[in-house]
Amino acid sequence: MAEVVLIDAGGTNIGSVRYALSRLGVDAQMSDDPARIRAATHVILPGVGAAGPGMARLRASGLDAVIRGLDQPVLGVCLGMQLLFEHSEEGEVDCLGLIPGQVRRFADDGERRVPHMGWNRLKTVREDDLSQALPDEPYAYFVHSYYVPQGEATLLAADYGVPISAMVRHRNFCGMQFHPERSAALGAELLRRFLDLPAAA
Amino acid sequence: MLTRRIIPCLDVRDGKVVKGVRFRDHVVMGEIVDLALRYRDEGADELVFYDITASPEGRRVDREWVERVARVIDIPFCVAGGIRSEADAREVLYAGADKVSVNSPALERPELVRELADAFGVQCVVVGIDSLRDEDGQWRVRQYTGDPSKTRALRRRTLDWVDQVQQLGAGEIVLNCMGTDGVRGGYDLEQLGAVRARCQVPLVASGGAGAPEHFRDAFVEADVDAALAASVFHSGAIPIPELKAWLAAQNVAVRPAAATKVVSA
Repeated sequence: MAEVVLIDAGGTNIGSVRYALSRLGVDAQMSDDPARIRAATHVILPGVGAAGPGMARLRASGLDAVIRGLDQPVLGVCLGMQLLFEHSEEGEVDCLGLIPGQVRRFADDGERRVPHMGWNRLKTVREDDLSQALPDEPYAYFVHSYYVPQGEATLLAADYGVPISAMVRHRNFCGMQFHPERSAALGAELLRRFLDLPAAA
Repeated sequence: MLTRRIIPCLDVRDGKVVKGVRFRDHVVMGEIVDLALRYRDEGADELVFYDITASPEGRRVDREWVERVARVIDIPFCVAGGIRSEADAREVLYAGADKVSVNSPALERPELVRELADAFGVQCVVVGIDSLRDEDGQWRVRQYTGDPSKTRALRRRTLDWVDQVQQLGAGEIVLNCMGTDGVRGGYDLEQLGAVRARCQVPLVASGGAGAPEHFRDAFVEADVDAALAASVFHSGAIPIPELKAWLAAQNVAVRPAAATKVVSA
């Protein structure tokens, strides 16, 4: 049975993620207790907001070091995904450095509206347990102004004038730029696949 | 590619979904959670709940129904009405809403938009604008439209307000064209087009949808990112699955309604 812990990084969507897990029959607990986080089978880092305050909050509580030391499956959602990377242009802040890559701001070139807000189609870039055999019309809901360019860790990508990372995985660290808690049945399916990853990575 | 969104708007008064004609004479349409689930199942891309009585009466949005919706709904939703401070917004967002929309309180105190953007990020902050063309041909903003007896016509020009709220940190603008609202004659394409030209953030058309062609025109001619409607959805006059299929056939990029159901374990 999955013991899921949600790390509160100050994002307003933590309740929504918890409800989404509840709809999957999982009673996830919110915690900032290192022992409890380390004991979880799966750890989720939700997040809505800005990278600077998000990282400051994790550092102030010492949770940055706790997250770096985890070897069970870890999922970052939206800002939570971006914090797993090395550096963010949002406030020029160093992030957790758990996945190689940079968080960029969408270029202000008149090619697109920012934030990237709405349902975008996902394209499979690399197949693994999380990304294989998606349904025919895999649309997910995005809301963000910064993005991770498609790269080595990208499993699923979306096109917003530039190819962006929609779902990533590097070792036990996974991330979803879209909001699985707000992406209808597809979001629920991808959350379920994350929870199905074996606890010992 | 990013799809255009179809957004049913549920005007909430006293905990029920209501709809009026030209903002007057509201009739009860149904229960909030029942309608929210129905629209989720039909393929709505997002939901907006407007507590239309909140601002005039100085009453906050009742948090209880927001949480009830958040527990069952797996598409994004926005709550509007009575959000006058960072604390009000925090309460609604932590109850599970994805965005808050501010209208009359932002007109009273524009700095509210900046405060919300700083606290929660621009992606949470929607500014709703009720706009009507005056006899001199200018579009101007209306305030406290939830109650006709309290509605005020402001000197503020709609296009100037569109510029200002973007500078303050609006992440999305909902333009409610009051002259076309509730009469199903089509969106106000001229006004939407004028606002679109000034609007770098996502723009949502509101007021006037009566036929599938009106949605296409708003997307194709006014280039809006989303189209909001109420009565045509509540009454069943335009079923969302058929609307989306028709838009797709017209080469408008939409998320297929069936996509909500196509998932295997």
